[in-house]
Amino acid sequence: MTGTAAGAASEAAATARGAAIETHELRKEFGRIVALAGLTMTVARGEVFGFLGPNGAGKTTAVKLLLGLSQPTAGDGRVMGAPLGDVAVRRRIGYLPELFRYQGWMSAREVLALHCELARLPRAGWEQEIRAALELVGLVDRADGRTGTFSKGMQQRLGLAVALLGRPDLVVLDEPTSALDPVGRQDVRRIIGSLRDRGTTVFLNSHLLTEVERVCDRVAIVDHGRVVSGLSMAELTQGRGVSLRVTNLGGVGAEVAARYGPTRLDGEWLLVDGIAGDAIPQLVGELVARGGSIHAVVPTRHTLEERFLSLLGATPDTGGGVLDTEGAVGSEGAPASDESIPAKAKP
Amino acid sequence: MSTVEPVLIIARLTLREAVRRRLLWALAGLTALIVVLTWWGFSRISEASPITGPVQELAVSQVTVMLAFMFSFVLAMTAVFAGAPAIGPDIENGLLLAVLARPIRRSEVMLGRWLGLAVVLVVYAIVAGYLELGAVTLATGYAPLDPLIAPAYLAGEALVLLTLAIVLSTRIASVAGGAMAVVAFGLAWMAGVLGGIGVAFDSDILRRAGTLARLILPSDVLWRGAAGALTPPEEVLRSAGVANANLYKYSPFSGAAPSPLWLAWCAVWVVGALAIGILLLRRREL
Repeated sequence: MTGTAAGAASEAAATARGAAIETHELRKEFGRIVALAGLTMTVARGEVFGFLGPNGAGKTTAVKLLLGLSQPTAGDGRVMGAPLGDVAVRRRIGYLPELFRYQGWMSAREVLALHCELARLPRAGWEQEIRAALELVGLVDRADGRTGTFSKGMQQRLGLAVALLGRPDLVVLDEPTSALDPVGRQDVRRIIGSLRDRGTTVFLNSHLLTEVERVCDRVAIVDHGRVVSGLSMAELTQGRGVSLRVTNLGGVGAEVAARYGPTRLDGEWLLVDGIAGDAIPQLVGELVARGGSIHAVVPTRHTLEERFLSLLGATPDTGGGVLDTEGAVGSEGAPASDESIPAKAKP
Repeated sequence: MSTVEPVLIIARLTLREAVRRRLLWALAGLTALIVVLTWWGFSRISEASPITGPVQELAVSQVTVMLAFMFSFVLAMTAVFAGAPAIGPDIENGLLLAVLARPIRRSEVMLGRWLGLAVVLVVYAIVAGYLELGAVTLATGYAPLDPLIAPAYLAGEALVLLTLAIVLSTRIASVAGGAMAVVAFGLAWMAGVLGGIGVAFDSDILRRAGTLARLILPSDVLWRGAAGALTPPEEVLRSAGVANANLYKYSPFSGAAPSPLWLAWCAVWVVGALAIGILLLRRREL
């Protein structure tokens, strides 16, 4: 995986402990179509790893290769120390497929029992495992209902329960919230959080950036079957800035602000990229001292979406006026931020 | 490389599915109906023409073979309808993704599916076969040459067709695969009839065509075994005026026990076809 020094250090640590997932130039072709061009990445044990990419980037193909559900055309890899395609290691892996479907003639409880059996869990522990899994995903009330009558969301919850049976060391979730309502999504985040606390490695395949942003420690962004970026979440979203709505200063404000970082003036909004958080009061003080009226001070940071789009070469939708990686700003209007500061007017 | 435990897990799952989806109950209900109708029909035949000599016995035997043919057709259809959707739809709707992510091989899923359905078919063939033949004997007093073995041959025939349908289901949509298996079954039967004519009329090309068809799909080998077992002994045939009792077994109303070599070929064919099916399934993208 490409990345910064911190990313490389994390990878080195992963290798030293025996990574949960390692792949090297993993390639998959379907006839003349290249689904995965050469996937090289490392996922450390115990981390929540986001696998991001646009539709058709090869995410699900990669998951299938990791689980031995598909044979690579070239390249190799290891999952929990075992070579790709190893059957025995699957006892330690839980998997929620993107296309989740369970025996419609069975009850949820029976489906879980079947998977306990398939995973060769000790029979004495099945009942407890099943009860715990049903409670975790909120299906206790429907445990004895035929899964064929379940809504999509309930089926996905069941799939999650199936994936969590037997406390696996690695849980692979392929678009785990695609059929869930906001409450369900929150439940999934909670479950992923508890898996992290337990030390379980989570491989989260998703195109929902907010979901990934909230739960993942590290992220790999894939496009056209290759990792285009692999960084920790902090690295991906770093690069802070500030947007100030200033009047009465004209170009002088921009000159002052330029000492703090790359700036851009957009109407009444002065945008300063890369400024340290503790330097913002100083900048505001200078601007006020030169006669500027400050109407708003809004610290900004890159969102995963911006990084994602810029890494994929797409133009970020900066309708909210958020700084993108180039430090430029899009349209006018109040900059979006998760930590707005009330405007302080000139005295 | 397959191990027994996962195969048995899938076989049990398949059996439970057959019970829960009422396949077994449907078969049991239909069997009861057919047995009652068989008893009623043969009772009327017996009333109209009681078995008082070899001619009547031959006539009853021919109706019995036709009944068995109808039953073999029902069995073949059951095998095809059960086997054709055994693998493909589970891949298409994603059901197999969750199963195969467990410590289980594709070969084990394939063999488990086959084993589960094979148990259903064999139990059905044996139980329903004996009940029907029992109804015939009860109604007419006719005792075929070897009534005990006939349902076993029919069960074997069903296994051949089940295997064909399951192998096709690894690659071909259920409807198309099922249709292909049914057509293959019909062609194999027809080739058997033509092969018999080839023997009776000494036509080398027909005989060879019949043999080739049996090598390609040996369902007819087993059907002829069942039909032969339901035929009266040769002395009855001679007494009934059959000019060449030896050639009678090549007629569509009769048959002969297959040689051990042909039986071995049936077993080899099933094993070989399953091996091909496993290869096809392994190479299929999920």
